[in-house]
Amino acid sequence: MPFQSHYIPNTQQEQAEMLATLGLSSIDELFLDIPQEHRNPSLDLPPPMSELEIQRELGGLAARNRPLGSGPSFLGAGSYHHFIPAIVKALMTRGEFLTAYTPYQPEASQGTLQVIYEFQTLVSNLYGMEVANAGMYDGATSLAEGALMACRVTRRSQVAVSDTVSPACVEVIRTYCQPQGIAVDLVRHWDPQVTSQTACLVAQYPNFYGSIEDIAGLARLAHGQEALLVLSADPTAMGLLQSPGHYDADIVTGEGQPLGIPPSFGGPYLGLFTCKQQYIRQMPSRLVGRTVDRLGRTGYVLTLQTREQHIRRERATSNICTNEALFALAATIYLAALGKQGLKQVAELCYHKAHYAAARIAELPGYSLPFQRGAFFQEFVAQCPAPPAEINRRLLERNILGGLDLSGPVYRPLLPPAVDKGMLLCVTEMNTRADIDALVAALGELG
Amino acid sequence: MIKGGNRNTAKLLMERSVPDRVGSVLPALDVPEQPLPDRALLRDDLALPEVSEPEVVQYFTGLSQLNYSIDTHFYPLGSCTMKYNPKINDEVAFWPGFAGIHPLQPPELAQGALELLWRLQGFLQEITGMAGVSLATLAGAHGELAGVLMIRACHLARGDTARRKMAIPDSAHGTNPASAAMAGFEVVTLPSDKAGNVDLAALRQLAGPDLAGVMITLPSTLGLFDTHIVEVCRIVHQAGGLVYGDGANMNALLGRVKLGDLGFDVAHLNLHKTFSTPHGGGGPGAGPVCCVESLLPYLAAPVVARGGDGPDYTYRLMTPEASIGKVSAFHGNFGVLVRAYTYIRTLGEAGIRSISANAVLNANYILQALKDTYHLPYDRRCMHEVVFSADWQKARGVSGLEIAKRLLDYGFYAPTMYFPLIVPEALMIEPTESETRETLDAFIQALRDIDREITDNPDLVRQAPHSTPVTRLDEARAARQPNLRWRRERSGSEYP
Repeated sequence: MPFQSHYIPNTQQEQAEMLATLGLSSIDELFLDIPQEHRNPSLDLPPPMSELEIQRELGGLAARNRPLGSGPSFLGAGSYHHFIPAIVKALMTRGEFLTAYTPYQPEASQGTLQVIYEFQTLVSNLYGMEVANAGMYDGATSLAEGALMACRVTRRSQVAVSDTVSPACVEVIRTYCQPQGIAVDLVRHWDPQVTSQTACLVAQYPNFYGSIEDIAGLARLAHGQEALLVLSADPTAMGLLQSPGHYDADIVTGEGQPLGIPPSFGGPYLGLFTCKQQYIRQMPSRLVGRTVDRLGRTGYVLTLQTREQHIRRERATSNICTNEALFALAATIYLAALGKQGLKQVAELCYHKAHYAAARIAELPGYSLPFQRGAFFQEFVAQCPAPPAEINRRLLERNILGGLDLSGPVYRPLLPPAVDKGMLLCVTEMNTRADIDALVAALGELG
Repeated sequence: MIKGGNRNTAKLLMERSVPDRVGSVLPALDVPEQPLPDRALLRDDLALPEVSEPEVVQYFTGLSQLNYSIDTHFYPLGSCTMKYNPKINDEVAFWPGFAGIHPLQPPELAQGALELLWRLQGFLQEITGMAGVSLATLAGAHGELAGVLMIRACHLARGDTARRKMAIPDSAHGTNPASAAMAGFEVVTLPSDKAGNVDLAALRQLAGPDLAGVMITLPSTLGLFDTHIVEVCRIVHQAGGLVYGDGANMNALLGRVKLGDLGFDVAHLNLHKTFSTPHGGGGPGAGPVCCVESLLPYLAAPVVARGGDGPDYTYRLMTPEASIGKVSAFHGNFGVLVRAYTYIRTLGEAGIRSISANAVLNANYILQALKDTYHLPYDRRCMHEVVFSADWQKARGVSGLEIAKRLLDYGFYAPTMYFPLIVPEALMIEPTESETRETLDAFIQALRDIDREITDNPDLVRQAPHSTPVTRLDEARAARQPNLRWRRERSGSEYP
């Protein structure tokens, strides 16, 4: 008997009856438009598997990965280990949310639309900005689209990127900007060159190395040349630190992963994107607006769609279509559950634990904190007495996942010469005092 | 049904907020408190809701019930391939061994994840007949952007700087021209001929030394397999251009034909369509880019490579030698890729062929049953979707949009409307392979009933929908006075 998949209801008998309504006798006759020499090629895929077998196979693959929760972990650098309340997964995996399409038919999609409106509200509040969109792919693409948007707003085509922005984000900015003839210049964060040709100054808050830069100063510098300040800001830090809106930033983006989204080997994540109200018509991605129905009841719709590709085609503000709505939902549930007090508490836990860890490590012989004079949030650089890769290897023998090795070719040229064995460590609320003390003890022995 | 009290979804989170309610409890600080930075660096204006956990659960559950979804309704949305999303795929993606791993942890601590990605690359190569795959792109349009950037990089590497034009059929999805523009190309429109194929005469005119390539959706958005496709590829190649394949409609072709065999050079797949990963109300998706041998050096970074000897292979991430660069922060939408891997592995060779067989059968079954009631502008065998025009109904005073809205009252989501742009009053219906014949029959009957209502009671259709949580919404007002977030009411105006 031919294979019958449990995902496909039609039986052989039903297929035959349906084909008969078309005057056909075989499935192959449906595909006669395909050139015969290319039709029904060989397909070298494994045979079908039962659910039980696939669980076993995937269980084997999963067992060959080390999850962050399996031991103390101090790796951050753009993806963060935070607590996720159980309700986030329970609610986001409801089929009514999970298996709906983009809400093009508003009457049948009010759930998704109202969630996005809530998301826009909470993300605007988080960053102290006037408007947020419905989300982008991830933090890096969001920042790159922020740079492109600044070029449209200012009608300029040079982008100045601070050297303390995540190198991965800088690469994505280059990938996005260069084909459009936009020059991307890496500038020194302590003396960023902004000219009358610069569309925007791009910076990160806290920066890639964890430090809190003078955002007000950067805004003044950019605005002095009528350029925009485009930031990438960590949403968790917003529980404690002044918002970018407070500093008069123009476009503020961020990686939404810390808001209830698991690290998941790098994706799916969520791009946050906010700006000043005056620029909304240059914004990429979807926007949900509040309106009324024919009976005067409140409802929500996709709006200002003339910016988007399905209307504007090659003149759209971006090609983005499917974004990350399910994770905008996750972030909204997370922010609702944590709330005003909870997010502040998470940010404070990260801050105090990271500072405790930093202070203990600074006391160890051979270790130093090259950037300790400035304020930092939950990440910091430690200069190590031995190559960080070697230290990380030996930490792993104690089942401790160390920080990011900054001595390689990507990071090394961006750091001062004295920081030649740097390690970027991240401490969050997931790290107990016992974890931190174990890290410090191990570093002491290895140093 | 209207819900009472706080389970009513009318009030937004900030309106529900009550000072000192908490929605989650965190551990107490277990290290000595550290000095805070300068007060000027700290905020005191964080405006987030204060609600308890039961309220959050009740509110979001209530919101979910306002949606139509595949799990609750037939969703015949053309071009979107709204098929059943298997639950096992979601479950495994949340396992700690997959969801709990950090993208930058050393490769030796992620060998299982890397092997899964390497195998998925192999599956997608086999399905498309291509030589290599990058899984780094995060959605269909993101895959398009990467693909056309690869075309650009390839021409530039040959020193061919004159190829500024990208030809795109008039039936194409809007992301195609938008992606080409983002990659710096000038977009030129390629007309369709009377049968719905690419107009070869027009293509020959465009195929010159300034043509970088063409972007072709196969089957087209008319739901038709372009019978000229081999000739299209040949003309473009002869002129020195490259052929991009938009894989949005791959559900029709699985195991039936390989894009690489037809002459495509680079293509993306939509894993959230063809490979059943849930659409999530608008993402996350994944748009892997597949290409032929000559384009491998330009693939988006990273790709997964295998080294060493069997059975002790090792897997690592690598950057192709002339890569267009990184297109996202890390290595792609891994959670989506896990789901797609699980799907392909579950169905296997026989199941993958069964998808296209039944998807195309179901679409033709609908075509046949409704072609006397609704105008079929291209009267030929369709592939996975059928495009009707409601111009017969329009002539009787009711538009395609109104018919689509009336379907909501019958308990069906609407077809894609007014697309492709070359069909007036288009209703694009894609049933997918995962629907039962009973559902298809009920849907066919609903469309026949609506046609009868247009004669008997046209206002009933014009005013539809009647049974949804809200009726037709004032979209003009939403665009004219954008209200994009909640604010506390100030002097009678909610928004500045």
